[in-house]
Amino acid sequence: MSEAPFVEVRDLRRVFDVSKPWLNRVLENAPRQYLKAVDGVSFDIARGETFALVGESGSGKSTVARMVVGLLPPSDGTVAIAGVSMNDVDVAQERQRLRRRIQMIFQDPYASLNPRWRVGRIIAEPIRAFQIVEGEAAINNRVGELLTLVGLHPDDRSKFPHEFSGGQRQRIAIARALASNAEFIVCDEPTSALDVSVQAQILNLMRDLQERLGLTYLFISHNLAVVRHMATRIGVMYLGRLVEISDGKQLFSNPRHPYTRMLLDAVPDLAMTGKARDGVKGEIPNPISPPCGCTFHPRCPLVFDRCRIETPPVIDGVACHAVNEGRVAAA
Amino acid sequence: MSSTPLPTPRSQGRLARLWDSDLAFSFRSSPVTVAATLLALLLVLAAVAAPLIAPYDPFDPASLDLSDGFSRPMEPNEITGKVFWLGSDAQGRDIFSAILYGSRVSLLVGAASVLFSLVIGVGLGLVAGYVGGRTEALIMRVADVQLSFPAILVALLVFGVARGLIPPALQEQMTLLVLVVAIGLSNWAQYARTVRGSTLVEKNKVYVDAARLIGLKAWPVMLKHVLPNVAGPVLVIATINLALAVIEEATLSFLGVGMPPTQPSLGTLIRFGQQYLFSGEWWILLFPSLVLVLLALSINLFGDWLRDALNPKLR
Amino acid sequence: MTVKEAVPVLSVRDLTVEFVTRRATLRALDRVSFDVARGEVLGVVGESGAGKSVTGSAIIGLIDPPGRIAGGEVLLSGARIDDLPQEAMRKVRGKRIGMIFQDPLTSLNPLYRISEQLIETIRVHTDLDAAQARARAIALLDEVGIPAPERRIDSYPHEFSGGMRQRVVIALALCAEPEFIIADEPTTALDVSVQAQIIALIKRLCKERGTSVMLVTHDMGVIAETADRVAVMYAGRIAEIGPVREVVKQPLHPYAKGLMGAIPSLEGEAKRLVQIPGTMPRLSAIPPGCAFNPRCSQAFSRCHVERPELIAVGDRKVACHLYDESNAEIAA
Ligand SMILES: Nc1ncnc2c1ncn2[C@@H]1O[C@H](COP(=O)(O)OP(=O)(O)OP(=O)(O)O)[C@@H](O)[C@H]1O
Ligand SMILES: Nc1ncnc2c1ncn2[C@@H]1O[C@H](COP(=O)(O)OP(=O)(O)OP(=O)(O)O)[C@@H](O)[C@H]1O
Ligand code: SF4
Ligand code: SF4
Ligand SMILES: [Mg+2]
Ligand SMILES: [Mg+2]
Repeated sequence: MSEAPFVEVRDLRRVFDVSKPWLNRVLENAPRQYLKAVDGVSFDIARGETFALVGESGSGKSTVARMVVGLLPPSDGTVAIAGVSMNDVDVAQERQRLRRRIQMIFQDPYASLNPRWRVGRIIAEPIRAFQIVEGEAAINNRVGELLTLVGLHPDDRSKFPHEFSGGQRQRIAIARALASNAEFIVCDEPTSALDVSVQAQILNLMRDLQERLGLTYLFISHNLAVVRHMATRIGVMYLGRLVEISDGKQLFSNPRHPYTRMLLDAVPDLAMTGKARDGVKGEIPNPISPPCGCTFHPRCPLVFDRCRIETPPVIDGVACHAVNEGRVAAA
Repeated sequence: MSSTPLPTPRSQGRLARLWDSDLAFSFRSSPVTVAATLLALLLVLAAVAAPLIAPYDPFDPASLDLSDGFSRPMEPNEITGKVFWLGSDAQGRDIFSAILYGSRVSLLVGAASVLFSLVIGVGLGLVAGYVGGRTEALIMRVADVQLSFPAILVALLVFGVARGLIPPALQEQMTLLVLVVAIGLSNWAQYARTVRGSTLVEKNKVYVDAARLIGLKAWPVMLKHVLPNVAGPVLVIATINLALAVIEEATLSFLGVGMPPTQPSLGTLIRFGQQYLFSGEWWILLFPSLVLVLLALSINLFGDWLRDALNPKLR
Repeated sequence: MTVKEAVPVLSVRDLTVEFVTRRATLRALDRVSFDVARGEVLGVVGESGAGKSVTGSAIIGLIDPPGRIAGGEVLLSGARIDDLPQEAMRKVRGKRIGMIFQDPLTSLNPLYRISEQLIETIRVHTDLDAAQARARAIALLDEVGIPAPERRIDSYPHEFSGGMRQRVVIALALCAEPEFIIADEPTTALDVSVQAQIIALIKRLCKERGTSVMLVTHDMGVIAETADRVAVMYAGRIAEIGPVREVVKQPLHPYAKGLMGAIPSLEGEAKRLVQIPGTMPRLSAIPPGCAFNPRCSQAFSRCHVERPELIAVGDRKVACHLYDESNAEIAA
């Protein structure tokens, strides 16, 4: 591809100040503490693609998502969408135009809809804010269309969110995201709070919509099977870093980073092949004081001296000394 | 992609739905609350309609007759033979009428001061919760200091300051306003605390993020999204505070820093009545006190029920 | 599994639980029956609201008003426990039936050290003295895989990670050496890598101690890895129950089929997921006949009027009219 990718994320970083309050710091002589939630993450997403981020709790997936949509300012790094940088604060109008094209779907369908608003008003809010269509009748029409598009009934507009089940609420959230004619939708664990059968409905809906409307997704999940089902490309995160980026299916057939292998190994085996597990070791370390060098080294079966000192760079989609030095044969 | 729409009865009218709601049901099934609410409504209505109901105008000097003084309740006056239901005071004023007019003043001061503290408290609480940081710290420290003083002390202080600032000629006319401000200022902190707490909870819910995503600025988000969701607890406090404000006003008036004798509130009436407690004219004190207690109690009972009913979560 | 135990550790017969609300009496469990044999792990799956947790609560007598057990019985090693008085039931809980809940934080008191909580529980249920109880607590922590337990035992719960806390909860449940453990979503709040460790732990403990477990979860993968038999619940009823391999690989009940097809898999070509239309009915609107009939593609006239009973099909039991001999031609 010669033109710039649709979404371009470069060296994104986010540091949170997690120090105790000032008074406590003085009294207890405690130092300031910082947490590197996201530490130099770069990736591209092509138009119409689904790029997925996987990783365990606390690995920084949501923080990346919030920075990409502009809910959270990055400490460093850039996000550009269709060549326009999100960080250029100078043109507010330009940003508003950009905003229209990016929307987000959240994990908790119970908290993502204002409980005191009727569904119609919730979906109409972006339409009004971005002036997608003018006039009450037209807005009403559009809301009805959107509800139908996500598999609900136009009459559902006059109900309150609590009258719907979790899956139906997630449909409403999708309708709201589509209301501004968004092209790029960031989905932060959109089905984690749902039952599998409802999850299947939502995932199918998301794929149908992608086909029909040419949507681009940044899809975040900790469920590897879901990610495999949805993604064209996948990034694996560990403690704020991307440790591996690879094409969808390839990640599963040929995982390269030791952490990716461990994650795959940990997934319960539904097919009951009776495969022996290597036994997963350890837990994610405290992110405030991550291990030096490669942050995965305390849990890594392939660890060697260099890992404890030197942070591995991403080379050819993998951030691991052992892989880059060719110490491991591809599985 | 079909999904069966949930069956919700929607053909009923608004009133029917309200009657059928869980809130209305919980109300109906608590006889104490129903009784208290009816009593409160009765007292409020009587106060509002005082000029229509009261048999006498207790503040029309022309209609007062000293020989009517100290009539016993329900007994004809020894000299004039007039009957005062709840008796009369030294000037021959009808206690019943005085109470009607008095509750009017009390309720007016109470309601206005609640509104005043509500606006200040909710505003500051929202700002503190939403903005955070130093603004929050400042507002909440002031609220803490305020809460550590008894409300009546704060009110006395404000009242004293106002006295010093307002020219004596205007003082009597402005008393009502000063009272409202004094009581209002002594009660805002509670609202601020509650609203800040709820705002902190609500602003972290993702529907607020969703609103920010379409480019809404802080104020619209606060007013359109956060405020309606923190309204429940505020309503509860306001109701209970109305009872407290009425008592606070009575206390101030009783202490002699409240409503003047020309425009007496229940508290002023109680102050007058207290002088006759030991000379046998018990009715001058008893009836205004009783009304004050009933008024405060009934409003408070309603507020208590409201708190419990809204508490677990309005489904 | 194939060897018939004389008396199952737990036997639930026609258990019915109702919640009385002002609008209606909601039937959260409707004649649920199953057995758990010694050393067996029975998985219970189903969508949110299917009645999995209520089943667990009913077994240990923790249904609070407005809920009540409206019928059926619960037998622990052959003796009824559902009609025991409060005090006796409290002894059964913890001593003979252990509990593990989803959120390890709420099961541990944040104000007390791990050691205090473990030792107290041990001493309530056994007649060990303080020193013996402490030794036993350390042994238990070691058994559930807490490294250096003699040093970590005096920590507070918040000093442990989520996975370690869940291990402590499991240790607590094991204190009294119960015959039966109810684990309600023990891994749902945990990360995959930790989840795998906890699953392995539960499996190992069952094998070594011969404890029976009822494992409630909505993760089919966890069930497939851990359970010997599995019960699929739908709208307060058991739809299908049987050996885990058969139910997972060749489900019989149309709902179970849909459920299995809806799970994205790590193998094979990622095709469109099977989708069951609609949603599970609310308790207040469970349709007559088979509760699944509005969503079932194979529903026929009988499904709308008559509730299917559990029918034995090989080692399994299925509550679906399709498997009734008299409807054989429809099933074919
Ligand atoms: N506002 C914040 N202040 C301080 N720390 C934060 C904040 N938001 C996130 N963090 C920390 O940043 C790290 C990454 O968090 P993030 O929510 O991005 O993880 P995640 O991958 O989305 O995890 P999960 O799967 O649990 O959602 C965590 O350690 C978290 O505690
Ligand atoms: N106290 C209660 N009052 C009324 N209904 C209740 C009560 N407790 C549970 N229920 C109802 O009983 C049904 C079964 O609930 P239960 O908690 O067993 O579901 P579950 O299968 O454990 O779901 P989840 O996967 O969400 O934990 C639900 O429909 C629920 O609404
Ligand atoms: S860099 Fe070293 S420690 Fe890190 S994953 Fe590779 S081999 Fe393991
Ligand atoms: S009984 Fe009928 S409706 Fe129920 S699952 Fe079987 S075929 Fe479907
Ligand atoms: Mg997250
Ligand atoms: Mg449950």
